[in-house]
Amino acid sequence: MGSRKHERPLSPNIQIYRPQLTSVLSIANRITGVVLTGCGFILVIWLVAAASGPDAYSQFQRIVGSWPGLLLLLAATFAFFLHLCGGIRHLIWDSVRAFELKQIYASGWTVVAASLVLTLLSWVVGMIIAGQN
Amino acid sequence: MERHRIQTPLGRAVGLGSAKSGFEHWWMERITAVALLPLGVWFAGSLIAQSGSDYRTFVAWLGAPVNTVLMVLLLITLFWHAALGFQVVIEDYVHSDAKIWALLAARFICFAAAGIGILATLGVAVEIWTAS
Repeated sequence: MGSRKHERPLSPNIQIYRPQLTSVLSIANRITGVVLTGCGFILVIWLVAAASGPDAYSQFQRIVGSWPGLLLLLAATFAFFLHLCGGIRHLIWDSVRAFELKQIYASGWTVVAASLVLTLLSWVVGMIIAGQN
Repeated sequence: MERHRIQTPLGRAVGLGSAKSGFEHWWMERITAVALLPLGVWFAGSLIAQSGSDYRTFVAWLGAPVNTVLMVLLLITLFWHAALGFQVVIEDYVHSDAKIWALLAARFICFAAAGIGILATLGVAVEIWTAS
């Protein structure tokens, strides 16, 4: 580290490059990871509400069931599946497979498509079940 | 393809690579990731199944031994994975003296959240078990 007295010119960084699927999915995996940690805290609040009794639980349900709450839940669902599918992609890479550029793009679009489909499917099934309850 | 080894024989025997705890971090991130695959699918599926359910239904579900155990495992794995991930994010972006405090805070908050979540889950479970 040390003190930096002279500001030296830096090599071009991310702000100068055109966004590509590879770079966008890379940072998306990190962002969704951070978002899902936040969701983990909400899960803990939910469990504490359940442990505190019916009143606290219904209050939590009211907040999640509100329009902003549902919208955030939808975003969280997509973040969940994107991180899950992206994580599987990373685990495949860890086994030193699918590193050709073509395969990287194919797996990348698969992650995006699968996340969208799974999010949609979850909400359709969830709303059907909620309608029956 | 044979991979070139540029390690010393001792380094190869010890098997830690150049960093002291880097491999452990990388490996635990993978172990928790693999564990989170079935736990995450179980959790998502359960949430969908519990859509619109009231307090009684949810608490009865959480108090079922299988779900209690899986929820505790999810909380441990989730926050372990989160702590490891957050550590890398902080190390990458925080370069001031605040770095060490950010690292400590991230780890502390993740451990605390896991602890609180586990306690709440067990609290619900005990209530259900003693009631039935």
